[in-house]
Amino acid sequence: MGMTMTQKILAAHAGLNKVRAGQFVEVNLDMVLGNDVTTPVAITEFKKMGKKEVFDKQKVAIVPDHFTPNKDIKSAEHCKIVREFAHEKEIENYFEIGEMGIEHALLPEKGLVVAGDVVIGADSHTCTYGALGAFSTGVGSTDMAAGMATGKCWFKVPSAIKFELKGKPQKWVSGKDIILHIIGMIGVDGALYKSMEFVGEGVKNLSMDDRFSMANMAIEAGGKNGIFIVDETTIEYIKEHSTKEYAVYKPDEDAEYDKIYEIDLGTIRPTVAFPHLPDNTRTIDEVGDIKIDQVVIGSCTNGRIEDLRAVAKILKNRKVAKGIRVIIFPATQKIYLQALEEGLIETFIKAGAVVSTPTCGPCLGGHMGILAKGERAVATTNRNFVGRMGHPESEVYLSSPAVAAASALTGKITNPEDIE
Amino acid sequence: MKKRGRVFKYGDNVDTDVIIPARYLNSSDPKELAKHCMEDIDDSFAKKVRYGDIIVAHKNFGCGSSREHAPIAIKASGISCVIAKTFARIFYRNSFNIGLPILECDEAADNIDAGDEVEVDFTKGTIKNLTKNQTYQAEPLPEFMQKIISSGGLVNYIKHIDNKV
Ligand code: SF4
Repeated sequence: MGMTMTQKILAAHAGLNKVRAGQFVEVNLDMVLGNDVTTPVAITEFKKMGKKEVFDKQKVAIVPDHFTPNKDIKSAEHCKIVREFAHEKEIENYFEIGEMGIEHALLPEKGLVVAGDVVIGADSHTCTYGALGAFSTGVGSTDMAAGMATGKCWFKVPSAIKFELKGKPQKWVSGKDIILHIIGMIGVDGALYKSMEFVGEGVKNLSMDDRFSMANMAIEAGGKNGIFIVDETTIEYIKEHSTKEYAVYKPDEDAEYDKIYEIDLGTIRPTVAFPHLPDNTRTIDEVGDIKIDQVVIGSCTNGRIEDLRAVAKILKNRKVAKGIRVIIFPATQKIYLQALEEGLIETFIKAGAVVSTPTCGPCLGGHMGILAKGERAVATTNRNFVGRMGHPESEVYLSSPAVAAASALTGKITNPEDIE
Repeated sequence: MKKRGRVFKYGDNVDTDVIIPARYLNSSDPKELAKHCMEDIDDSFAKKVRYGDIIVAHKNFGCGSSREHAPIAIKASGISCVIAKTFARIFYRNSFNIGLPILECDEAADNIDAGDEVEVDFTKGTIKNLTKNQTYQAEPLPEFMQKIISSGGLVNYIKHIDNKV
């Protein structure tokens, strides 16, 4: 029996020729990631382990992005702990305000993750780097501490679900719509403990930004990781951003899958997840009349340059509806600058949106853009759980950047096709 | 090792945002987190929970973020064990890593009601419902996990390996 992409990467990092689903393996890590919420806990655990140094100063990345720029005294103190630790341990990939961005947009952009890597991060959306053909998965703070101390992590080798993609998405359909469609189809625990492997000729019709937002939400289907086959688009991206050596793993012809889904990208419609779970999806044709109070565009799912371009296309020379608050937050400084140079920021401000520095803030109801009781937001983020963006009785609808932008113009959930 | 306690019962997909809302994540003090544990799904939980009590839920318990604050909040509130049909995988790892025992058992999730008195034997994987006089069997834990638990969590486990080398 052959191996899946994920199994091959894990085997290679465990020094084994072969692994099978269910087997426990200890693997060598190429990168260990933490943020300002999870790293303070990891630092406490790291100290308890009695280690003086991290296993490799180049293979630890710490990105304070959740409550930064610090929203209050407690957050500032958390960040101080992280900053001092990074300084003391001479962590090379510590990113302070000014150079930081949302971690999962930042690491690929800085070239810190490439195809074939094994990455753990004390943040559930660490699965994002599967877009590059890496195995990456979210863990907790204690795992992060153990990873920093030993450079290793234990895993149960996952089985996999294969998504055979074919065809080409319609004009206003992005990676976000495809992944929402898939989560709606298999459910929030549809890929529990499993890899989601994205293969097939349709992959070539997806940009890297589409793939990042799809791999990002593998966790929303319960997946251990989401991973794409590596093609020319991937290699081009890696070469442009990194000097690290990469390795391409293809699934074996006879790899075993728990399930195989064939998906024709051409049939997918813009899709929205209704409260309060990401699998509660409807196509844009089925949403009905949903009035909103706020639009949030950004996050590690959809704060990349293509996302902002799609939004600008819709907002250009138009005004957001009266009374609707629109918050746009580019995911990294580089994306922010690029958006500025391309004139996108000007378009946003003229349309009546606010533009924020890179931060997680609104995405997790941390700061900026908190919802009051009974309010509704359309967001390009990845979670719409109860209370995710504020009051437990507020509501979050998840969508693509294009749907969010179109909704900003009308004050209700809107199909971008109806705007042109 | 046995634990005995009263049951708090929940449904499917209890996510980490309701276990400990993000608005409290600017603290990592277990006692502080315990004060807000389950607040958005059961606002009387923190007041009612007693040391040794047990949470029983349906599928995909702990889905959502990787915040270790979630099992930490549960453990610090006095809960001795969580039983569910399935757990989200990061929550599963985190619980073991911080020393909160959890068990997967369909039968227990289906038959145990809120308020039942339950006794759990971690070595055998048996769950006794003292109120209903029923016994359910959970999968025994893989050896690997048992070692981490018997060392008292991942931190001690790593210390232990280091001493051996
Ligand atoms: S943008 Fe949102 S989902 Fe992404 S890392 Fe930040 S809080 Fe998490």
